[in-house]
Amino acid sequence: MSRPPIERVRDDGRRGIDPPYLFPDYRSTRLRAPDRPLILLPESMHDPTGPVYGESPLAETDSDLTRQHDGEPLGERIIVTGTVRDGSGRPVPGSLIEIWQANAAGRYIHQHDRHPAPVDPNFTGAGRVLTDSEGRYRFTTIRPGAYPWRNHENAWRPAHIHLSVFGRAFPERLVTQMYFPGDPLHSADPIFNSVPDPAARERMISRFDWETTTEEWALGFRFDIVLGGRDATPLEA
Amino acid sequence: MAGATPSQTVGPFFSFGLCARPQHELVDPGRADALRIEGRVFDGAGEPVVDAMVEIWQADAEGGHRDGFGWGRSGTDAAGRYAFVTLKPGGEGAPFVTVLVFARGLLKPVMTRIYFPDEPGNAADPLLAALTDAERAGLTAVAENGGMRFDIHLQGERQTTFLAL
Repeated sequence: MSRPPIERVRDDGRRGIDPPYLFPDYRSTRLRAPDRPLILLPESMHDPTGPVYGESPLAETDSDLTRQHDGEPLGERIIVTGTVRDGSGRPVPGSLIEIWQANAAGRYIHQHDRHPAPVDPNFTGAGRVLTDSEGRYRFTTIRPGAYPWRNHENAWRPAHIHLSVFGRAFPERLVTQMYFPGDPLHSADPIFNSVPDPAARERMISRFDWETTTEEWALGFRFDIVLGGRDATPLEA
Repeated sequence: MAGATPSQTVGPFFSFGLCARPQHELVDPGRADALRIEGRVFDGAGEPVVDAMVEIWQADAEGGHRDGFGWGRSGTDAAGRYAFVTLKPGGEGAPFVTVLVFARGLLKPVMTRIYFPDEPGNAADPLLAALTDAERAGLTAVAENGGMRFDIHLQGERQTTFLAL
């Protein structure tokens, strides 16, 4: 029997886009990053399928985080919208996006968040939305605050919204963080800077969008998401 | 056309967003053919990873993907333990379950496979065939308490074999 074409590779990330596992400036990677070579399966051995969201329809309040409680949450109301595409530029319809975030004061509802900033009884900070037939999504929320963490001296996470996206195939699952434009904390944040390519790093920053901004209601931000496995061939510009 | 969006860690505070609903039972635990797969996630110091999220994707008992079956998610508890109730995947070849682990300190998920012990298909599986005995043992669940146990070691001597994303 001939030896199967399976290679052992170094951790170079999905086409150099993703961060490495080990990024010592982000302290938690030191004991959690795998340190042995990874197995690169040939394309033919990858399961081309992935989960499709099939539960009951989402509630409207799932994509409006400002309407999940009796009262209105405090903070700056924002609308975040964008398109999910695959590596060839095709929209990904019917894809579930889950989001979670801190409140306007920089506090998570999570029981282990010890930041001495107030919890907002009218804000949980979790939502879900499905992309439409053209891969578009849209949710309404509150602009999250920055918050301190103990990674290094006087460490602060820039304001961000966590997003989890189901791609077409399971290995294309993407969990990322959306940042806000013009934040002075970006340059000092090891999680943001773990992405080696500066251009890729910039793609995690949403852009302020007049078209989405709604008069007398909410500021708009645009955050387009591009999924893609190792076989993704970007379209010509 | 812009390039791909990079991965970032789920961080420590994802559970209220991602694990608020139970999503670890792919089938009714009362079913005769329900299979419990559980295990613990450990870091490079051998400490349990208590804030990980494990996701699985697998074929059904006939080897296909029907009726929305095949995906599950479990957080880890104070002992680093995750658990699923599912079916043993069927079809041709060695049955396996694809696994992604997300956690604080993982800037992108790790991916691996759970294989099952004593399966006739294992001998011809191209991934298992490319591994050392120790690596193969690390990707093979252990029959225990009527279910399967599959521990995941993120780093160190006993590191689980991970697949490149």
